[in-house]
Amino acid sequence: MLNKFDSSTDHQGFSAGTAAGNARNESTGHATNGKRARKREPASGAKKSSTGRQAVAATRPEFPFSAIVGQAEMKLALLCAAVDPGLGGVLIFGHRGTGKSTVVRSLAALLPPIRVVAGCPYNCDPEAPSAKCEFCREDSGTTRPNSRQVRVPVVDLPLGATEDRIVGALDLERALIAGEKAYEPGLLARANRGFLYIDEVNLLEDHLVDLLLDVAASGENVVEREGLSVRHPARFVLIGSGNPEEGELRPQLLDRYGLSVEVTTPTDIETRMEVVKRRDAYDQDPVGFVSSWKNRDARLRSQIKQARQRLPSITVPESTLRRATELCLSLGCDGLRGELTLIRAARALAGLEKDDRVNDSHLRRIAPATLRHRLRRDPLDEAGSSTRVERAIAELFDS
Amino acid sequence: MSEVYPQSELTIWTHYSRAAALFAVDPAGLHGVVLRSRPGPVRDCWLAQLHELLPVDSPWRRMPVQVGDERLLGGLDLSATLRSGRPVAERGLLAECHGGVLLVAMAERLEVESAVRLGAVMDRGVVVLERGGLSRRLPARLGIVALDEGIDDETVPTALADRCAIHLNLEQIPVSELGPPVSDREAVAAARVRLGDVRIGAELIEVLCRAAIAFGIESLRPAILSIRVARSAAALAGRCEVSEADIAVAAQLVFGSRATALPETQEDQLPEPESEPERGESAPESQHSQPGDDDFDSTENPAPQALDDRVLEATRAAIPPQLLQQLRYPDPGRSAVRSSARSAARRRPARRGRRVGTRPGDPASGARLNLVETLRVAAPWQRVRRARSEATGNTGNAAVRLRREDFRVNRYQQRAATTTVFAVDASGSAALHRLAEAKGAVELLLAESYQRRDQVALVSFRGLRADLLLAPTRSLVRAKRSLAELPGGGGTPLAAGIRLALDVALGILRKGETPVVILLTDGRANVALDGKGDRQQADRDAHEAARELLVQGITTLLVDTSPRPRPAAQQLAASLGAGYLALPHADAERLTGAARSVLTEQRARCAV
Repeated sequence: MLNKFDSSTDHQGFSAGTAAGNARNESTGHATNGKRARKREPASGAKKSSTGRQAVAATRPEFPFSAIVGQAEMKLALLCAAVDPGLGGVLIFGHRGTGKSTVVRSLAALLPPIRVVAGCPYNCDPEAPSAKCEFCREDSGTTRPNSRQVRVPVVDLPLGATEDRIVGALDLERALIAGEKAYEPGLLARANRGFLYIDEVNLLEDHLVDLLLDVAASGENVVEREGLSVRHPARFVLIGSGNPEEGELRPQLLDRYGLSVEVTTPTDIETRMEVVKRRDAYDQDPVGFVSSWKNRDARLRSQIKQARQRLPSITVPESTLRRATELCLSLGCDGLRGELTLIRAARALAGLEKDDRVNDSHLRRIAPATLRHRLRRDPLDEAGSSTRVERAIAELFDS
Repeated sequence: MSEVYPQSELTIWTHYSRAAALFAVDPAGLHGVVLRSRPGPVRDCWLAQLHELLPVDSPWRRMPVQVGDERLLGGLDLSATLRSGRPVAERGLLAECHGGVLLVAMAERLEVESAVRLGAVMDRGVVVLERGGLSRRLPARLGIVALDEGIDDETVPTALADRCAIHLNLEQIPVSELGPPVSDREAVAAARVRLGDVRIGAELIEVLCRAAIAFGIESLRPAILSIRVARSAAALAGRCEVSEADIAVAAQLVFGSRATALPETQEDQLPEPESEPERGESAPESQHSQPGDDDFDSTENPAPQALDDRVLEATRAAIPPQLLQQLRYPDPGRSAVRSSARSAARRRPARRGRRVGTRPGDPASGARLNLVETLRVAAPWQRVRRARSEATGNTGNAAVRLRREDFRVNRYQQRAATTTVFAVDASGSAALHRLAEAKGAVELLLAESYQRRDQVALVSFRGLRADLLLAPTRSLVRAKRSLAELPGGGGTPLAAGIRLALDVALGILRKGETPVVILLTDGRANVALDGKGDRQQADRDAHEAARELLVQGITTLLVDTSPRPRPAAQQLAASLGAGYLALPHADAERLTGAARSVLTEQRARCAV
């Protein structure tokens, strides 16, 4: 079945809550910045002290991944991307209130923590500090850098974010107080080695989308502005979500995502009740709720870890490769990208399911997510792209 | 609970007044109220009551509909920054409203972009600010009152409406019915304290979930929100356990106006309609059916009737009369119009020359300099530059040291979007064929329109009337859904078709966008405006309608679809002042091509 690795009592969250805890996850990203963390405290000059600020930012943990009801394909796609970040991002399109943001934000707590160079604003890996990172280059030559363990950064790109905060810009405080010209890393720096999440990606301004695509493709953020000249590593899994009723995504952007899933509101009453009940339980006692799902999250976490270790040794038989090619041909997917991603995603899936070789079943289950956004648009074909992929799969595998 | 909701006094107003109290108990949890009403004493009274119930010091702000990110989310406070020599954040409206209520004026005109920003904050209770060199998390647990002044199908964007627990329609309430609040500030304050301890039984949650499904509410949010409303109701009544009465109230307030279907079990209990409900416009003047009246006396003497049924019944009583009428006698054509027109209102980005931000640029090249942004960019550099220029011995005494790279110029949305309105003659034998063509053209045009942000609408006319099959949209998803079922056959109510196309086009004009009408017909009208099959009258009506379109200055193309073109269509084209194109064996591709050339022309004209 679709989710062998994911017990059938799996679930779906829901984003209508008043969850406030994201700041906490993100803070893991910049808490590593040591001295920088201080700067993010509110400027004392801000009008009216922000009462209750700590309370809002600190306490509420995110809805746990394993407590999300249903939505198997969405979870599968995210897990595959977590096993192999090179898959190229996940696009989640679907109706309102289907738990799109909830599931993404739950990733930070789910994924195995990473080690980062202490103080490096780009979360560099102490085992392999990037040559592109100025911070680590300065430090190298000395002994092994100090490191610390942090959660995988899952960085929200909030609506209304300006370009300077995304790519990083002049450090305002240092410029104003010390009169120094210094670079303050932005969201792309924080997201390095983690996830960058854009909710309502179809509403993002075009020039920002272009910028993100460029960085996501190159793995490096090059800043040439305001007299600053900086480059730093920015490898992240791009996750976008949106509601197709509010406007389509540009086709160029679609193709850049490795996987895409369509989520719908569950229609059967039992599932719906379970979603609502869990959401209510979480609302009433977030901490208790999260801890009651801790074990399941932990099991998933070790599954991801093992899958990553197994990944290099997973083989792809000739016959499976041929199948993948045939499928892409029959769907008229443009370019080789679809094919490569299909194989890659199938390997990640095999890894999650503790298999040593990719088989037709893996291919078949991951194909819709890898191919549905790559079909050439045929305005006269009534069927949605999902249906077309399913049809092609059935023809190929069942004949 | 009877002391809080005295059954005898329940009027619509008390019902709504109670909604204000429930919202006041947990504004952030219930997320918001959509208040559909024109400005007036009724709305003022409701808002005043709400304000009275909130804690004395709780923020109460009003958001203008065209609010910019700077004001909504916050940003760098330029003057304070320059004064104090360190970055000072200016809190936006959302952060200012933490712990209180934000009024969104003219919410029906809210752009999707603003609505989703509000939605994100409602979901998380935090403003995530990554703007202008600042990175902040500001608490913003707030409730929103969306003031919906829309008429007809104009509604609040779904991103916002879906998250607001309570939807109220104050439009039909006479001033004479206004009464005192059902609660007071002390009671609300006590309820707020109690709220965290209120329990709700799993079986009651299930009842609410089933009710949501029974009323055809697809999104899961309303079900979740209804639980919170029920908790508020219990807390306000001084209980720590949600009762059946509470969930009935919750179902009424949350599901009533969202219903898209009626529970089947209710069908047989409904009174027979007096007249043939075919046109759906004979809505009985029964006015509001006074929801509280018949709902739940049952709490006093537990009736044998299942709880589910009581909740369903209570909710049904709260469905606005017109909506109820529509749900009872669904008319496929009609309801399709309604739902698609509604969803079209979701997507209404401002178009004409709206400033959408700034970019670095040279004002000398004709772009408009944005002084504030320019200063904002230059501000942090002042010390650096002063130090450097002093070092180089250049001691100019400029108050502000500006460089060319600081210049910021305004970016505008370049061009008013164009919406193509297809009006398709779906009468007679050729109908199916013709519709398929138009359908193909609509989709081809849409497929091309990503970057241009153009929209497409589709009107079809046949039998006795014209229908809006596809309200202006840019979404291929929605287009496909609406186009899936296209009826054909019957007479040719040409005048009705032209009139509807005109209405749609005028709506587009009102939004500041440019409509182009493409009329596909053979020009042979045989159904007059009054629905009678009088060929001559039908013809006169059609020409009259055509002239109105001409007077409004709307660009029109008439595509003659008859196998052998006749003068009828050409004459009509003349009345329309329209381009004429005979397309006896048209295909979608050619039609698209024709539409494209008209659009290009239109665009060229707009650009002048």
